Amino acid sequence: MASETMEHQSNNELWGGGKSPFGASYGKLMMWYFLLSDAFTFAGFLIAYGALRFSVPSWPLPDFVFRLFPFAGHTVLPLIFVTFMTFVLLFSSYTMVRAVQEGHRENKNGVVFWMFLTVLGGAAFLGCQAWEWTTLIKKENMSLTQNPFGRHTTDGVYIDKSYEDVHGHGHEGHDDHGGGKDHHSMNNDTHYGLLTGGGGGSMEFKKGDSYLLHKVPAMDAEGHEILDEHGQPVMEWYKRKFKFKDPKTGKEEMSQEELGPKAFGGLFFFITGFHGFHVLSGVVFLIIVMLNVMSGIYEKRKNGYEMVEKIGLYWHFVDLVWVFVFLVFYLL
Amino acid sequence: MASIDIIKQDELEHGHDDHHGHDDHDHHGDKYQSGFITHYIFSTDHKMISKQFLITGMFWAVIGALMSLVFRLQLGFPEENMLWLKPILGKWITVSDGIGTLAPDFYYALVTMHGTILVFFVLTAGLSGTFSNLLIPLQIGARDMASGFLNMLSYWFFFLAGTIMFASLFLSTGPFAGGWTAYPPLSALPQAMSGSGAGMTLWAVSLIFFVVSVLLGGMNYITTVLNLRTKGMTMWRLPLTIWAFLVTAILGLLSFPVLVSAIFLLIFDRSLGTSFFLSEIFIQGEALSNVGGSPILYQHLFWFLGHPEVYIIIVPAFGIVSEVMSVHARKPIFGYKAMVLSILAIAILAFIVWAHHMFMSGVNPFIANIFVLFTLIIAVPSAVKVFNWIATLWGGNIRFNTAMLFSIGFVSLFISGGLTGIFLGNSAIDIQLHDTYFVVAHFHIVMGIAAFFGMYAGVYHWFPRLYGRFMNETLGKIHFWGTMIGAYAIFWPMHYLGMAGVPRRYYKFGNFDAFAHFGDMNKFITIAAIIVFFLQVLMLINFFYSIFRGKKQTTLNPYDANTLEWTVPINAGHGNWSGEIPHVHRWAYDYSKGGRNIPQTEPLGDGEQDMGNDHH
Repeated sequence: MASETMEHQSNNELWGGGKSPFGASYGKLMMWYFLLSDAFTFAGFLIAYGALRFSVPSWPLPDFVFRLFPFAGHTVLPLIFVTFMTFVLLFSSYTMVRAVQEGHRENKNGVVFWMFLTVLGGAAFLGCQAWEWTTLIKKENMSLTQNPFGRHTTDGVYIDKSYEDVHGHGHEGHDDHGGGKDHHSMNNDTHYGLLTGGGGGSMEFKKGDSYLLHKVPAMDAEGHEILDEHGQPVMEWYKRKFKFKDPKTGKEEMSQEELGPKAFGGLFFFITGFHGFHVLSGVVFLIIVMLNVMSGIYEKRKNGYEMVEKIGLYWHFVDLVWVFVFLVFYLL
Repeated sequence: MASIDIIKQDELEHGHDDHHGHDDHDHHGDKYQSGFITHYIFSTDHKMISKQFLITGMFWAVIGALMSLVFRLQLGFPEENMLWLKPILGKWITVSDGIGTLAPDFYYALVTMHGTILVFFVLTAGLSGTFSNLLIPLQIGARDMASGFLNMLSYWFFFLAGTIMFASLFLSTGPFAGGWTAYPPLSALPQAMSGSGAGMTLWAVSLIFFVVSVLLGGMNYITTVLNLRTKGMTMWRLPLTIWAFLVTAILGLLSFPVLVSAIFLLIFDRSLGTSFFLSEIFIQGEALSNVGGSPILYQHLFWFLGHPEVYIIIVPAFGIVSEVMSVHARKPIFGYKAMVLSILAIAILAFIVWAHHMFMSGVNPFIANIFVLFTLIIAVPSAVKVFNWIATLWGGNIRFNTAMLFSIGFVSLFISGGLTGIFLGNSAIDIQLHDTYFVVAHFHIVMGIAAFFGMYAGVYHWFPRLYGRFMNETLGKIHFWGTMIGAYAIFWPMHYLGMAGVPRRYYKFGNFDAFAHFGDMNKFITIAAIIVFFLQVLMLINFFYSIFRGKKQTTLNPYDANTLEWTVPINAGHGNWSGEIPHVHRWAYDYSKGGRNIPQTEPLGDGEQDMGNDHH
């Protein structure tokens, strides 16, 4: 404001007053400061995540938790869907950059076109997140307070019903645990980690053994979901054994597995939800700014399409935060 | 004076044509602020917003102080009949056989609210909100904040936060009562105690809005200081007030968001059954299903805000005291750059000492050592500041007016309270002193009373800048001496209580033989507190009386100060300067230079060095 009213005289000192030290307008600076503070809020959440996660000895295996894909039934596609989501979001950052670029060129139609694509990208991401949440809640019975995914440790591996490691390493001297006489051999590629695939292959609990419980839709012999009279899938508890290496003795043992660490569900829905809320706000602001661009009000302004640039900063920030959320929930 | 000459010259040259574009308002009338509502209520003028923060802060200070009087009465006179308070406190005074007693639940609510109100609403919003708004544009030479609209929103979010907190005082279950730090499980379980239900919900919502207010304000302050300085106003020519407000805003911008994280997680624990901060709890004989959470995690998140917060409270007072002291000692501030660097050092250290609030929470002793080290290092920049203040006074031609007295009093309190900080910063001694009255004495002196003294110094000093009149000096001096002596009378004895192991936050000590003989000391403290309260009422009377009846400001620069706020016309409208904004040629502290004071607007003479920019 005030800086514009003053005459521009040569002033070699960058911080000398009478002009913007970073060559940035006050509006852009304020957006940066807001993003800085918002980064601290997210940092608070991620630190809470770290503190809670590392206070328990094990954590669900992302490859297993995020293995489903829309319209793919129970085909195991570890992290494929979230990769798609991430690509959509990051690509919307690219379209945002193009919108800003067209703004610098004062090309109104270009700005609108690329902003529209950005809005689409944001909306698509939110749609993906809606599907992911729905799947986790409805199909996997995950909630804020319940984590059906058991645990994994660095030393442990999930083994399927035939007592083969799900990673296909084969079993190592665990035949003696018994209960492995089930001949309904599951195809690891299609039924990752599910112990009893309907069709009569029921797991026998054995005294002294321990099992990981996981609630999934029951399936018939052809691999189709069994529906109840309301057309809803019948859910049943699946049990999986878990093998881990005792850190003291170095001995591999079957361990007790119950529901996984409680914090997982709460943290997942809270943090991805908070991020999703940022994306939603971003989409709303993008639409408002896009409508303003269409109405032509930025053409009259001295600073032109700077508003597009500011909302762009916010959008890139939201994408950057997703990279960290993606890292902690899907990769680590 | 040179400053007036510049304004007149500008008016001659430019007249009142619209030469400077849309934001060049003159002080005869502001076309954007003609109505009552836009001028006094939804104002975007930083000067009006400053007054709004100040007066709202005063309202909250009275509420918070009255609360402290009620619980001080309980502590000083636990056996007295409190029936006379029943008309105000209603059911919180329980009556049996005609004897009224303060309900213990409400005692804890009072302590909690006193802390919350004073820390957040009075000493954060009321102090930095008031003076950052008033002085940043005026002293750097800007017509307003970078965004007047967001600045207005900042006040109204604060107002909204205050309204919600105020409403919580009238809940049938009472306001939150688990301490101002709101540690879980008391804050996380609605069934934990009576204030943990709706009271805590409103507390959490109120603080979220409060943080929005702080962030909107802080973004504005930082941007304004960096971007809108007038020509020639380099960073090293900024008055120390502006440095202090800049650093305060940065502290708030980086620490308050983490409080938001903590409160959101807390809300989830309260309302949606998550277990972020809860693990294996029995309540009223019933085992809860919460497992896996960590109450210590909350403490870390809270104190990551909580410790910078105490500097958010005290740093503006640093700036105000430095400026007032230099003006009224008629001397350049001693060690200007050391003053700036020590504020920066304190601000950086503020972020890496938070766990010294948690020595007794089971923090790993090795980690505690590191936090002890950083905590004690804060003594170094703090001592630099104290040394420089004393050196500024040394040999000065001191005007002992009220503003100056409060500045000097500030230094005394800062030393007294700072020394006990060295005790508490040591984890080994803290084991003995933790949660005793020693802690109460320490933080009330060093960040409570001291910050208030900084605020009073600022109010008395800049009152003419706010209202074009002066406050009454006689009443001011009574206010100062009474408060100075009274504050020490309240808090000095508490050190002894604390060293004897008297715990804080206890409703009464009648059942403890070890503390029985402190009854008279507690009576003494309570009486002193009542006297000090009425002295503050005197100050408020002086304040509001002076707005309408105070001695009028007749000269533009009544204190012969060098900074830009005294080049602005008396009772200036939105936009501050009528003509062009004055340019700056030197630092703010050329007092008694060659026998006279030289305003920042006066160009350097031949061969003269600018003390701020000494890059030769």
